[in-house]
Amino acid sequence: MKVKQAVILFHTSSHAIRAEKILQHEGIKCRLVPVPRLLSSDCGVCIRLAETDQQAAGEALSAARIEMAGHAVL
Amino acid sequence: MPVYLDNAATSWPKPPAVAEAMLHFLQKIGASPGRSAHRLSIEAGRVVEETREGLAQFFGAPDPSRIVFASNATQAINLALRGLLRPGTEVVTSSMEHNSVMRPLRALEREGVRVRVVTADSRGHLDPVAMEEAIRPATSLIVLNQASNVSGTLLPVAEVGRIARRHGLLLLVDSATTAGAYPIDIERDCIDLLAFTGHKSLYGPTGTGGLVIGDRVDTAALDPLVRGGTGSRSESEDQPTFLPDAYESGTPNTTGIAGLGAAVRWLQSTGVPEIRRRQIAQLQQLETGLRAIPGVTVYGPADARQRMAPLSFNIQGLSPSDAGLRLDEEHGILCRVGLHCAPAAHRTLGTSPDGTVRFAPGAYTTPADLDQAIDAVATLAAE
Repeated sequence: MKVKQAVILFHTSSHAIRAEKILQHEGIKCRLVPVPRLLSSDCGVCIRLAETDQQAAGEALSAARIEMAGHAVL
Repeated sequence: MPVYLDNAATSWPKPPAVAEAMLHFLQKIGASPGRSAHRLSIEAGRVVEETREGLAQFFGAPDPSRIVFASNATQAINLALRGLLRPGTEVVTSSMEHNSVMRPLRALEREGVRVRVVTADSRGHLDPVAMEEAIRPATSLIVLNQASNVSGTLLPVAEVGRIARRHGLLLLVDSATTAGAYPIDIERDCIDLLAFTGHKSLYGPTGTGGLVIGDRVDTAALDPLVRGGTGSRSESEDQPTFLPDAYESGTPNTTGIAGLGAAVRWLQSTGVPEIRRRQIAQLQQLETGLRAIPGVTVYGPADARQRMAPLSFNIQGLSPSDAGLRLDEEHGILCRVGLHCAPAAHRTLGTSPDGTVRFAPGAYTTPADLDQAIDAVATLAAE
């Protein structure tokens, strides 16, 4: 069965790019993808990851002081 | 081969890794960061963020988002001064400042900001107690350069920083002469705003620099100097308030930032304490040599540990401009002469209006280069 995907949005691509590095460091599989237009017109990129990793990702990013602008399950 | 002793204007040569990183960016990445979502745009963004993170680590800043890029220290200083100071408030500064601080302050003065200038002594030393005495109830900010670009004198930034904290004030530091060659830690040194330039002792390319915004600065009270496209919140015609975008409008100098990132890695591989140790040895050689020449007056501190690389001197009977021309044409010594954009510092040192000759060795200056320069000065002074 295909793993359900989620996205985490950020205010700026600066944060999205730093977030990717932090999550990869934490061993959380993720990638930068264009922000689905349906969700926001904010920065060009967001983080896509497995829905099951969303909580761990949120905790790692909060610890790194990176503010999230939102999240959604695809 | 000419001897380049103008590293206080801009360092040269640069570490080879700087040019390599810039060439790699231009040839292999090229795209605009933060505007698009394709792989090259993301890669460009990674280069920018890696440099930001490198600088955060370098300056002891806990949050990389609070480092905003600017084209040089001057722009960063203007952002801080223009962004924070309102009519009716007061600012305390020293008589050793560069025009990058004094010109924006004089303009703000005409708009109702009160500027108090504390005079340093004739070697450029500033008394922190005198700074504290200049504080008034309306004072909101203290501005200091960490070292004079004329005499090289180190100013007591950390002491003044602690005074600022005691009085609930912010401290803005201009690190154009120090960043990269002198250890800086914004938390330890009690610096709230650190303006840095990339092209001097940080060994990056020109057109790079920025402002480190400490945690004590309320960014709601720091107006942007420039507003425009950031790639974020594109539906809104209002400037975003989140960092770093609030202060980074327009396409950034990505090629330069790539070079700056490589420069910071180069500095970290050697270590600032080691770079500083080498600089002190250069300054001791230069000072000892110059002070021994009859008719030569060296300005600034007597102890090399109290100064940075810019070393100002004069040759009796020879104007700084004539000395500079002859050092270049007859001896291949490249330096800077005159007032160095810091008229107040020259008044303090007693070298106004003619100014001084300024030698500034850099990381690639050899002891043989310095001997050649000392010999050239001795030849001119003997005439």
